[in-house]
Amino acid sequence: MDDRTCNVGWPDAIYAQFRRIGIRQVGYVPDAGHSRLIELCVGDPEIHDVVLTTEEEGVALAAGAALGGQRAALLMQSSGVGNCINMFSLMKNCGLACLTVVTMRGEFGEFNPWQVPMGSITEASLKLCGFLTYRVENAADVEDIVAAGCDMAFSGDLQVAILLSQRLIGRKVWTR
Amino acid sequence: MMERREFVRRLLAGRGDLLVVCGLGSPTYDVAAAGDHPLNLYLWGAMGGAAMIGLGLALARPDRRVAVLTGDGEALMGLGSLATIGVKQPANLAIVVLDNQHYGETGMQPSHTSAGIDLVATALACKFAQAQAISDIAEAGAVRDLLHGGRGPILVQARIACGDTPRVLPSRDGHAIKLRFVEALGASSR
Repeated sequence: MDDRTCNVGWPDAIYAQFRRIGIRQVGYVPDAGHSRLIELCVGDPEIHDVVLTTEEEGVALAAGAALGGQRAALLMQSSGVGNCINMFSLMKNCGLACLTVVTMRGEFGEFNPWQVPMGSITEASLKLCGFLTYRVENAADVEDIVAAGCDMAFSGDLQVAILLSQRLIGRKVWTR
Repeated sequence: MMERREFVRRLLAGRGDLLVVCGLGSPTYDVAAAGDHPLNLYLWGAMGGAAMIGLGLALARPDRRVAVLTGDGEALMGLGSLATIGVKQPANLAIVVLDNQHYGETGMQPSHTSAGIDLVATALACKFAQAQAISDIAEAGAVRDLLHGGRGPILVQARIACGDTPRVLPSRDGHAIKLRFVEALGASSR
């Protein structure tokens, strides 16, 4: 079974919020949990989809987008948050809106212990970096929480992270 | 080898509405010394991010030209972003690496370029439309023309002398730098 098959419905709700709020640039590091949302963004001619070599590139991308008058979102996995920490200082120092949607690894039912050290400090790290964090545990809450997070980020030039719990995205099923 | 201040001064002469992202350290001082301007984005940190800020700006404003002026150390920290820029092929983006082959802010330790690591070859391998190295100040005018009209993405490795240059310090207030830039560009995202 491919873990992407767990991934129906809520990514479309996130995409709908991106459209509503006028997201024009989406930076991402490929991620199974975000695969459907990435497909939707790549297929949208009004969104610049930017595949990154590492997540902190996306933070700087979002800064450039904001300075140029466009709204950006950054899609990553919890491990990527650790890669971004110094670059986040750009958003805080300059008061730039930053919206990131993070798929969590290293928590509920994680099969790979190497994901646990970063996954277990992801939310705390984001808070230390000045982010408002919102966790989503249930698919039914995705629309509401993502909408609120988008509004917070872009109406106040704040740094906002939406954390999609591993229970929501589905355990990664490992097949031999 | 070129003297950095004179090179940057020639590069930005008659700059018009060029958007300029300055890598932290000496490039920020060089650009400030060439003349303060609301469309200068002075960085004092975020090392490795200058080229990607340039990409975000270039995608947001395809009607404008974007120049990233940065150092060899800063460019090396964001080497992966050359690949990311190569994927997007922004025609309006140019990166000028002021390469003195050393980390000037931290005591002039040699950087990778001093060992022959080749940024021009890297940019070409990353599908930049144009990449070249220059070491003669007489070529500054041609690079200036590239910034304003050359097809990007462009990378220019400008070989500059490794000397002590007096610091010219622009504002360190990130909010003030942002607000001034956004207002001058007429580009609020709120």
